[in-house]
Amino acid sequence: MKPDSGGRLLTGWDHGEDAALWAIDENRVGIMTLDFITPIVDDPELWGRIAAANALSDVFAMGGRPFVALNIVGFPVHCEPLELLESVLRGGQSKVIEAGAVLAGGHSVEDEEPKYGLAVFGEVRRDRIWRVSGARPGDVLMLTKPLGTGLCTTAVKAEMAGLLDTKPVFDSMARLNDLPRHLDDDLHLAVHACTDVTGFGLAGHLLDMLFGDGVDCVLDPEALPAFPGVLEVADMGLIPAGSYRNRELYSPRIDGLEKLPLKLQDLLFDPQTSGGLLLAADPESSRLLLELCRSGCAPECRMIGRIREGSGKIRF
Amino acid sequence: MTGKILVDARGLSCPQPVLETKSALESAGSGTVEVLVDTVTSRENVLRLAGRLNWKGTWEESEQGGFRLTLER
Repeated sequence: MKPDSGGRLLTGWDHGEDAALWAIDENRVGIMTLDFITPIVDDPELWGRIAAANALSDVFAMGGRPFVALNIVGFPVHCEPLELLESVLRGGQSKVIEAGAVLAGGHSVEDEEPKYGLAVFGEVRRDRIWRVSGARPGDVLMLTKPLGTGLCTTAVKAEMAGLLDTKPVFDSMARLNDLPRHLDDDLHLAVHACTDVTGFGLAGHLLDMLFGDGVDCVLDPEALPAFPGVLEVADMGLIPAGSYRNRELYSPRIDGLEKLPLKLQDLLFDPQTSGGLLLAADPESSRLLLELCRSGCAPECRMIGRIREGSGKIRF
Repeated sequence: MTGKILVDARGLSCPQPVLETKSALESAGSGTVEVLVDTVTSRENVLRLAGRLNWKGTWEESEQGGFRLTLER
């Protein structure tokens, strides 16, 4: 049975939007999303910040601003001290506040494996929605955070974090993707398509962006941004299982993959937690957009490729 | 070194097979190390590690399912 929203539900289930859009009136569109993750770092407050930044990101990826958030918590209340949970929640709350939103409660259940995240409500003007589709030939592709969080957390799990400096990776995962808060109208409209890079890696999320729009993306392998040390982690074989799943799913739609060194391929398929925004931007404004990102909210933003006419493929 | 060293990493999830192989390769120094794994992820990761540590790796499907890797240096 197809649910009838009376035309107010503006997103479908089928193609990779980051959140559900609900028309409030002619101009206002509500954004609803939720996301939660299992622990990926030892420090509970840091984990809280990362999980919250990760959940809030879906609202920003649609071009919107978050207004109100609710905690989602699974916690082994009988084996772990409550102070630990308090630290997680404190971390989460700090990011909600930083995002300009309000934390209004939540729900917790007892759970052997801890889980934390947020349900978030935000809004966007109807003519300011960023969708995953909409990239046009000539657009510049930008990525606001380096790649390699999956490799980093695998190295941490293997107790081989000595291979790399984890701090820049953790800082990046905890950073908000709050670009829409920093853009004037012109620059906001210069973004033709946007999504955030998470579990499907750069390859999967970029292919989502290219799907059905009659476009390809030519990626510049030398511009693929990696956290310091993560390529060495890949060379040591500390590659998460999700990376192999992504490779299997997405490599048929990538031309010239074999030209890339194996470790850059691993970067392309590496599943990200709280990864950056992937933006297809008007070439006229892309320089300005990049400068604005780099001078503040996304200091490691890079141009990584170009959109051109095509059939939904990534090319090298 | 004489004799083969066998690492049975079946039933372990990544990155454990890589870690067990790493310590086996380091303690062997040279010779032949065989590794049993049961997923493609583990196979590929162990081969990557071997290559990085200058061991030559080959693999075949094992009769009981999974893969038998032979690492030589």
